[in-house]
Amino acid sequence: MDRPQPRFPEPDTQPFWDATKEHKLTYQVDRDTGDVVFFPRAHNPKNGSRNLEWRESKGQGTIYSYSVVRLNRHPAFAPLGPYAVAYVDLDEGFRILTNIVGVADPTSDITIGQRVKVQWEDQTTGISLPMFTPA
Amino acid sequence: MVSQRRDAAIVGIHEYPKRKAPGVTPLQIKAECAARALDDAGLKWSDVDGLYDAQDGAGMAGLGLAEYFGFKPNVIDTTAVGGSSYEFHASHAKRDIAAGKCKVALLTYGSTAHSDSRRIGSMGGGMGAGPASPLSNMTDSWGMTLIANYAMVAQRHMYQYGTTSEQLARISVATRAHAMRNPEAVQAMTDLEFVGINEITVEDVLNSRMIADPLHLLECCMVSDGGGAVVIASPEVARDCKKKPVWIIGSGEATKYSENGGDLTVSAAAQSGPRAWAEADVSADEIDIAMIYDSFTITVMIMLEDLGFCKKGEGGAFVSEQRLRWDSPLKPALNTDGGGLSSNHPGMRGLFLLLEATRQLRGESTSQRADARLAVAHGNGGMLATSHTGGTIILARD
Repeated sequence: MDRPQPRFPEPDTQPFWDATKEHKLTYQVDRDTGDVVFFPRAHNPKNGSRNLEWRESKGQGTIYSYSVVRLNRHPAFAPLGPYAVAYVDLDEGFRILTNIVGVADPTSDITIGQRVKVQWEDQTTGISLPMFTPA
Repeated sequence: MVSQRRDAAIVGIHEYPKRKAPGVTPLQIKAECAARALDDAGLKWSDVDGLYDAQDGAGMAGLGLAEYFGFKPNVIDTTAVGGSSYEFHASHAKRDIAAGKCKVALLTYGSTAHSDSRRIGSMGGGMGAGPASPLSNMTDSWGMTLIANYAMVAQRHMYQYGTTSEQLARISVATRAHAMRNPEAVQAMTDLEFVGINEITVEDVLNSRMIADPLHLLECCMVSDGGGAVVIASPEVARDCKKKPVWIIGSGEATKYSENGGDLTVSAAAQSGPRAWAEADVSADEIDIAMIYDSFTITVMIMLEDLGFCKKGEGGAFVSEQRLRWDSPLKPALNTDGGGLSSNHPGMRGLFLLLEATRQLRGESTSQRADARLAVAHGNGGMLATSHTGGTIILARD
């Protein structure tokens, strides 16, 4: 069973998810102030400005916090065994909710402050999920 | 000097005694608790002229609830911000009564989360249900359960401040001790088939199953049925009620959500708390009773810090002194009814915080703190790591 997927039409986040189809991790910046905007929106939550542009992240960052989920009754996740949910701070200044993958044992091999890089997991819906793995 | 303003008082309370109520609807629980809370106050059904509702009654909120109950209220407030909604309602009721908009405000809550087999903590993240939103589209795909959401806050608190699971476990130990003195909590744990209905130790908590690192099973609240009601009245009405009034002397409301570069260990209580303390002219160290939303151990520790009971990051040391027990010489006593961890959590616990704080200030608790005069009820709604609300209510007896 597929994981829950982003659903459309949803105009704020559609450009972000469209870019994932090309394995591009994108975020917004206020052209006037330089504020980084994430999650995606049509305005800057600091000042209401709609003068935003999309940029591409290098996909490198640091684990801000995480938890290893031992129990999830959702049928897409129940068979996974322990898996890690995390907030990652990208070097460009935005924080994304994600999974940490590519570690032998998530209960012991993940630490806050660890450097990570994006790793894409393509979905049957056409979008790709930006997950992170130790850099 | 504690504020002497007397705008509105809690005059009637009722907690639905059962935590497993098959065949009963949330609306029926709300109506039964309303009648019993009005009786507790010595008021009549027809006295109610303000209706406060968190939209927890099967789609019937506001107009629908007024019709179901048979009220024609002058004020309707359907603020629905999760488990703290009832602290928001108490704050709004005080404001509305002070403005002369109503005299007798009714807050009700009903839920059959247990009988509906709702897996509140261990499903999801998002279920891909309801209308898509920017937030759901960024959070649904990662399998972040509600417990993992709170666990990420605990993990960060441990990283930043050296907090330990042993320290967090003390919160479970203290509230279980209170639950064992509360017959309804004991019945709740029996009906919900808890393993080991007894006082617990730190070791018991640490030896219980890890659900989402670093949170163990005995650091997580139960999922029960239940509900309750609170009647809040003007000073004129309160004077003639059956029980002594419990005055609302301060309130604060706030939101907090994940922000780029934000500090996950700070909650909405850091904004709502100071506003409430200032209005009440009270500080945390004067508080006898702290009723703090214990969805998880970490929730309590974060909010004790944010409310100013100790400095940010010192919660681990603060709760390690056995101070939280009802019979400790230190302040404050915490969640003396047994809390969401061991007495009652049907999904939105905020109303019960007001109930037990009121019992303490009336001298009616099963774990009565001697001469309790001041209490704080702090509700938390939503999800601690991603986005949540905080509602703070300060209560005083005459």
